[in-house]
Amino acid sequence: MNAIAPHLTETDRLRLAPGVMLRNDRRREQWMLMGPERLLVLDEMALAIVRACVGPEIADVAAGIDRLTVEYDAPRTEVAADVLEMLTDLRNKGYVIT
Amino acid sequence: MNCALPAFAAASNAEPAPPFAVLMELTHRCPLRCPYCSNPVALDPASAELDTATWKRVLDEAADVGALQVHFSGGEPCVRKDLEELVAHATEIGLYSNLITSAVLLDQPRLERLQRAGLQHVQISLQDAEAAGADRVGGFKGGHAKKLEVARAVVRQGLALTINAVLHRHNIDRVNDVIDLAMDLGAGRIEIANVQYYGWALANRAALMPSRDQLLAMDAAVRARLPELAGRIVVDYVVPDYYARRPKSCMGGWARRFMNVNPRGRVLPCHAAETIPGMEFETVHDRSLSEIWRDGPAFTRYRGTDWMPEPCQSCDHKEEDWGGCRCQALALAGSADATDPVCELSPAHADVAVLRDRDAAALGTEWTYRGA
Repeated sequence: MNAIAPHLTETDRLRLAPGVMLRNDRRREQWMLMGPERLLVLDEMALAIVRACVGPEIADVAAGIDRLTVEYDAPRTEVAADVLEMLTDLRNKGYVIT
Repeated sequence: MNCALPAFAAASNAEPAPPFAVLMELTHRCPLRCPYCSNPVALDPASAELDTATWKRVLDEAADVGALQVHFSGGEPCVRKDLEELVAHATEIGLYSNLITSAVLLDQPRLERLQRAGLQHVQISLQDAEAAGADRVGGFKGGHAKKLEVARAVVRQGLALTINAVLHRHNIDRVNDVIDLAMDLGAGRIEIANVQYYGWALANRAALMPSRDQLLAMDAAVRARLPELAGRIVVDYVVPDYYARRPKSCMGGWARRFMNVNPRGRVLPCHAAETIPGMEFETVHDRSLSEIWRDGPAFTRYRGTDWMPEPCQSCDHKEEDWGGCRCQALALAGSADATDPVCELSPAHADVAVLRDRDAAALGTEWTYRGA
């Protein structure tokens, strides 16, 4: 049995993968991650997570979770679980890299 | 075409949702001669190609119709000296540029110019995991080594790299080596592209069709590795048509996500659509891409589900696979209006297995190289 790709953790630092950019499409009034021959439409929550947790200026995923915990006034353990699950999915789809 | 893209909204007959991307086949010229080339058997000559100014206007119209990405393709798009100029224009008007290339005409200085023009992503085809087999299939000595060199330059420059690995009887046993090679090159994505039998590939089917045993071994190898590859490289993989039980969602549905403009400016719902008799195609000289997308006869012909025969019409999957592939229905069932025979519910499905097994057993069949 092969090893399953590891779940991201709070100490990971994330950036957008090569060729991936955050874009707002005015015609469709949608935020999206645009990447090689593909795109992912982001809902409000996904956009907030990407903005808080992905980019060279962000210390690590934990810092993003802290910020979202305050912004959304939610229990940190719940925020952390949701955020790590979504970011791991984005990593597995090739939109973000460590 | 395999794609993992969302549709933006349900298309209505009155006003379809805009396309995601426009594929621009800048030329049919190519230094390689792969016998599975998806270009039509009747290739457009260089003299028929649209000029730079017209391609720029087509790019403007692609942005106007609401496309977000452009795929510069061919043939080999790098034979066009104006590629940098076209990429720069696409960037200027907000389109995301992908380059679909054999890479044999690229070098680092040109890659740097393309990147400065705004290119984001390079997709390089590989003919095999090792040079002898690859160069034999491509009919181009030294091609494989050149591709690897360019692929490394793409990654070094920080551009996204996709490896498109085309599999058939002669290389399918090396699928693991191809995946390893893509990882070693630093690709973000690999398309495990079993040959699709259109154009030149259809003519060469008996020389390319893998056996059932080969197919099963490849499928098992890929599936066994998927968990290990998750998070390291994106794998695009679908079971090849002739061994599948359900049809692929070809082009993400006819006239739902893509437009294709061929070298002479003909506007097509897919690159093989010209094989369908009785279709009426407009060119970029006739009407704008927006008008053609909205109500061009070739685009409305199989858009949505109204055209579907039974058993498609009452099928739960009709808005997942959109009826499969029209060109394949033509090639295998004799009519583009028929249910895609790849589907096990098609009355012609059994015929596909017969053709497949006959061609897979035709070992020793020589292929015909793609013409110039």
